[in-house]
Amino acid sequence: MGLLPLLLRGAPKRFLRASGSYRSLYESNSRRRRHGTDAAAADQAVNSRADHRPDDQMLDFPGAKAAFTSRMEFISPNAAEAVPCFRILDDLGRALDGSDIPEVDSSLAVKMYHTMVRLQTFDSIFYEAQRQGRISFYLTNIGEEALNVASAAALTKDDVVFPQYREHGVLMWRGFTLDEFANQCFSNEAGHGKGRQMPIHYGSEKLNYFTISSPIATQLPHAVGAAYGLKMDRKNACAVTYFGDGGSSEGDFHAACNFAAVLEAPVLFVCRNNGYAISTPACEQYKGDGIVVRGRGYGMTSIRVDGNDALAVFKAVSAARKLAVEQSKPVLIEAMTYRVGHHSTSDDSTKYRSGEEIAHWRSVRDPVLRFRRWLESNAWWSVEDEKELRGAARKEVISAMNQAEKKNKPPLSELFTDVYDTLPRNLLEQEATLRDTVSKNPPSLAPH
Amino acid sequence: RAYVFGEDVKFGGVFRCTSGLADAFGTHRVFNTPLCEQGLVGFGIGLAAMGNRAIAEIQFGDYIFPAFDQATAKFRYRSGNAFNCGGLTVRSPYGAVGHGGHYHSQSPEAFFCHVPGLKVVIPRNPSQAKGLLLASIRDPNPVIFFEPKWLYRLSVDEVPEGDYMLPLSKAEVIREGTDITLVAWGAQLAVMQQACAEAEKEGISCELIDLRTLIPWDKELVEASVNKTGKLIVSHEAPVTGGFGAEIAATIAERCFLRLEAPIARVCGLDTPFPLVFEPFYMPTANKVSMA
Repeated sequence: MGLLPLLLRGAPKRFLRASGSYRSLYESNSRRRRHGTDAAAADQAVNSRADHRPDDQMLDFPGAKAAFTSRMEFISPNAAEAVPCFRILDDLGRALDGSDIPEVDSSLAVKMYHTMVRLQTFDSIFYEAQRQGRISFYLTNIGEEALNVASAAALTKDDVVFPQYREHGVLMWRGFTLDEFANQCFSNEAGHGKGRQMPIHYGSEKLNYFTISSPIATQLPHAVGAAYGLKMDRKNACAVTYFGDGGSSEGDFHAACNFAAVLEAPVLFVCRNNGYAISTPACEQYKGDGIVVRGRGYGMTSIRVDGNDALAVFKAVSAARKLAVEQSKPVLIEAMTYRVGHHSTSDDSTKYRSGEEIAHWRSVRDPVLRFRRWLESNAWWSVEDEKELRGAARKEVISAMNQAEKKNKPPLSELFTDVYDTLPRNLLEQEATLRDTVSKNPPSLAPH
Repeated sequence: RAYVFGEDVKFGGVFRCTSGLADAFGTHRVFNTPLCEQGLVGFGIGLAAMGNRAIAEIQFGDYIFPAFDQATAKFRYRSGNAFNCGGLTVRSPYGAVGHGGHYHSQSPEAFFCHVPGLKVVIPRNPSQAKGLLLASIRDPNPVIFFEPKWLYRLSVDEVPEGDYMLPLSKAEVIREGTDITLVAWGAQLAVMQQACAEAEKEGISCELIDLRTLIPWDKELVEASVNKTGKLIVSHEAPVTGGFGAEIAATIAERCFLRLEAPIARVCGLDTPFPLVFEPFYMPTANKVSMA
C-alpha cells in the first residue's frame, strides 16, 4: 500500500503509474470536496437516466460506445465457420465459375511465370550447393513461388518492402539479378551486406527492399514507421511487410498491427501462412481461426486468400494496395500456402512430417504448375517454351554461381566499417591491433 | 521531417518535456503511440530508415527493456550501409528520484553500452541537455539519450536561446584538480561535487569529469587526467557489478597501470533491484564517495 499515502498527500501523481483504483479514489475524493453543490445535480442526472428503459441506453465509456444488453452472452472463441478463402483458379489452374479474372495480359503473365521458374531453379541449385559445402547456408521458397511473385507484381517499385526471409521471389521480380543473389550467398566483395550476414540475407536500396534479418517479425513495426513517413510525405506508395504463421505470434506483430491501425499507416501485412514454423505446425502456433480474424481485433481490414493461386494473390494485393494508399489504412492479408521445402539447410523436415505429405504438396499442389496450366489454357505457353526456359534458367543460375564463387571475399576493413557512420576511436584501435596480429601470423589467417 | 512520439507525449508528457509541441507542430508530427515500447522503437526505426528524424520517448528508462531487441538493430552494418536508422533518437528519463522504487528509478545505461552501433548520451544539467540533445538528434547514428529525472524539477540553469550543439564522445572536466580523478555522469555529478567540496576541506584536490557520452567514450581525456593524478574513482547509480564503471576501470587499468598509485575504486549502486524505502542506503551518496 506504499503508493496510497503519497497520493493522498498530493504528491505529483505524474511521477507514478497510479493503478486505476488509486486514481479513481483520488479523483472521487477531490470531486466531492470541490463540487459539493454539483452533487445534487449529478444525482438528478443519474435518476433521469434511470427513467429510460435499459435497452434504450447506449454505453458511452471512453473505451467503447456500445448498446446495452441485459443478457449475459459470452462470444464463442470461433465463429460458426472459418473465414472463407478467396481463390480464382482451381487446383488444376482452371478459372472457377463466377470468377472475376484480374487484368493480367499475356506479357505480364509470362513474366510472372518466368520469375517463378527462375526462382525454383535458383532454389534447387543453391540448396544443392550448400549440401556440397560450397556455401554455408541456404533457405528455399519452394511452394511459395506464386505468393512471392504475384504479390510483388501487384505492387509498384515505389512501395517499400520489409521482408522476413522467405520472399526472394519479390526481390527477383523487382530486378535483383542472379549475380546479385549469388554474390550475397557466396559472401564475396560484390555481395549485398559486404559478407557480414549469412547467405540469403539480401537487400537492395535501389529496389526498395530492406535487408533481410534473422530475428522474426522485427520488421513489422519498421514497416509501420516507414508507411507513416510515406503518408506524411504524401507519396503514392505504401509499405509492405511479409511474415509467417510463426511470426504472427511475436509481440512485434501485435505492436505493429495496433500502431498501424491507430496511426493510420498505409501498410500491407502479408502473412505467409505456410503451415509450419520450422517444426511447429500451425495447430501448435495459434488456437483461433488463423491470422485473418485478428484484423478485426485491431480495427483493420483483412482478407484470407489462397496463396497458391497467383491470380487471387495478384487481385487481392492490388486491391489492398489501393485501399492502403488512397485511405491511409493498413490491410492484413493472410495468404494460405504450404512450405514444401525444409525450413532451411539446417533442417530435415521428414523428422516431423510425412514424406507423402511433402510429395503431395510438391507435385499435385505445386502453385507454379497450377499457374502454368492457366497460361497454357490461354495458349500463352507451350511445352517447347517450358523446355527452353528450364534449360536457360539452369544455365544462367549455374553460371552466376560459378562467377560468384571465384570472386574475392571483402577486405578486412569491412569488418569495422558501418558500425557507425564513421569509425570511432575504439574501432580504429581494434583494427590496428587486429592487422598487427594478422601480419605476425601464418598467411592462411591473413585475408588481403 | 522530424517527429516526436511516445506514450502521453501529445498533452506534454508525464514530465512535461513535450509541452506545447503538439500545438506548435500539429498532431501528425507530435503524437501519442499505443502503450508498447517495442512497437514505438520499431516504428521509430522505420521512420528513421526513410530519412526522417524520429525522436521517440520511452516514459521511464525502467520500461525500455521490451524495446531492447529493436534498439539493437544492426541496421547499417547488416545492410552494408545500404540502409541506416541514424535519424532515430530514443529519449528516456532514468535514475533515482526519491520515491520511485523498483520501476521508476533504474539506470539501464550499461545494457546499451554493450551494443555496437549505438551511442549513449547523458546530460548533467539543462544547458548541457539542450546542446547534447540537439547533437544527438542530428548525429547520423541511433542515440539513446537518458535524462536524469531527478533533475527535471530541481535543476535550474541559464540556458542559451538559439541553436547550439555540444560534441558527442567528448568528456568534460568540470572541476580541475591534482590529487585524484573522479568520473561520473548525469545526476551523480551533483553528488560528486558535494564530495569534492568535502574533500577540499581536508586538502584533497579533486578533478571531476563528466563523461557525457558513454559509448563511444572519451578514453583519452580520462587517461590524461589519471596520468596527472594517479588515482581514479568512478561513480554511478546503477548496480556496481557489470555497470559501466567496470569498463572504465578496466580500460584505465590497461592504459595507466604503471602510473596508478592506488586501485581504481567504484562507488555505485548495490547489486539489488532498486529498493523504495532503502533508497538512501542503496545510493552512492557523497559520504560513500568521500570515504573512498
